[in-house]
Amino acid sequence: MSIWADAWEYISTGVNWMGENGLTRPTYDGGWKFAQDSILALTIEHLYMSFAAVGLAALTALPLGIALGHARRGGGLTVALSNVSRAVPTLALLTLFAASAIGFGNRAVIIAAAIFAFPPILTNAFTGMADVDADVREAAEGQGLTRLQVATRVELPLAWPLIAAGLRTSASQTVATVPLAALVAGGGLGVIINTGLATQRYGEVLAGGVLVAALTLAVDAAMGALQRRLTPPPLRTTSLVPA
Amino acid sequence: MDDAPPNPWLSWRYVESNWTELSDQLTIHTTLTLQAVAIALAIAFPLAVVARNVRWLTRPILGLTGVLYTIPSLALFALLVPFTGIGRTTVLIGLVVYALLVLVRNILAGLEGVDRDVVDAARGLGYSKLRLLWGVEIPNALPSIVAGLRIATVTTVALVTVGVVVGYGGLGQLMFRGFQSNYRAQIATSVILCLLLALVLDLAIMLAARAAMPWARRRRAS
Repeated sequence: MSIWADAWEYISTGVNWMGENGLTRPTYDGGWKFAQDSILALTIEHLYMSFAAVGLAALTALPLGIALGHARRGGGLTVALSNVSRAVPTLALLTLFAASAIGFGNRAVIIAAAIFAFPPILTNAFTGMADVDADVREAAEGQGLTRLQVATRVELPLAWPLIAAGLRTSASQTVATVPLAALVAGGGLGVIINTGLATQRYGEVLAGGVLVAALTLAVDAAMGALQRRLTPPPLRTTSLVPA
Repeated sequence: MDDAPPNPWLSWRYVESNWTELSDQLTIHTTLTLQAVAIALAIAFPLAVVARNVRWLTRPILGLTGVLYTIPSLALFALLVPFTGIGRTTVLIGLVVYALLVLVRNILAGLEGVDRDVVDAARGLGYSKLRLLWGVEIPNALPSIVAGLRIATVTTVALVTVGVVVGYGGLGQLMFRGFQSNYRAQIATSVILCLLLALVLDLAIMLAARAAMPWARRRRAS
């Protein structure tokens, strides 16, 4: 049978979606974990891990980026941070964590993914706030607005498109990073690919690849729509080549 | 627990006794990166020029590269494995695809950013289209192209490690084995080598670009 047929059979079989014993498995300590033989459970786990990582990164990067951007300080630091993070392989962080006190599994993967989700949010929040036209800021100050009011009522609305773009980039990137969790005993959709490779069922590998790609594209599209909805209409621009 | 043998993060003894393996994987990592970036550059250039000159192709090319870039590396390798098998070819194709996308975007942005007046002046001097591209537009777009080349190279170095899923991850191979056997020195050493490789290649491109663009230096000096 061809690989495409194998892949189709895997995806079109109901039990592969719901799992042989449901979506969850009991663990020895009385808790539960997501079943690894259910596409649905792995997808939910994948989204949960991505959401946790982006949430963690946003909670720290947004206030920091907005504050630094408002003060127009630390621009070099944010650029350096995003450059360095590009050179660090995700696998490096995951294996370093595994051998350290952080350990491996989903929690370690969430922390690692959050570290990679941090720079795009920070850089965009900083740039968005810092690049607000100086004349606009001066006009607002001239009208008697306090610094806090300038930040929240003038700079933040104008910076919002860039901030939203940063969140989108970060979310898409995180959903694409989480599959690597399967390499260090974590969950998520990468498990299908990893198991397929280990057992030489290449139809499953192909199906896993398609599922992961589809999920990433869906999340990217959803975040793109959200970004557009949240951007005030006058600020919506359509540029071919993003900066 | 105290009887456990020491498991240091850094150990010169590890490096000494495993130098052959380390240098082998480092060589694989380096050649894979350079080959991928070179092939990507060779494809990206004509693609970017086409995307710029043939207007109705601009959006499809940018859209397709964007979609491909969103697909995670692990998924891409998984999509390739059934057809290209386990090993070098699969990793190389994946790396070329990702580097390609960064390069096309930056080359296109560079070409779009060339001063219209400069192009008009050259056209007025009777430059042919090809000479205009080689003699005026590409030199002017070079800073943006080099920026793209640096990003593509650094990300490729990091991405090679994902090749472990198909058994060809260069230094990633050592990181993964270190993870499996909880061997800290192996993980730390391969991570450091990986970062050093990215740094060295980045610096090399930067220096080469400075040598190739004497005008950029002069402008800064004045």
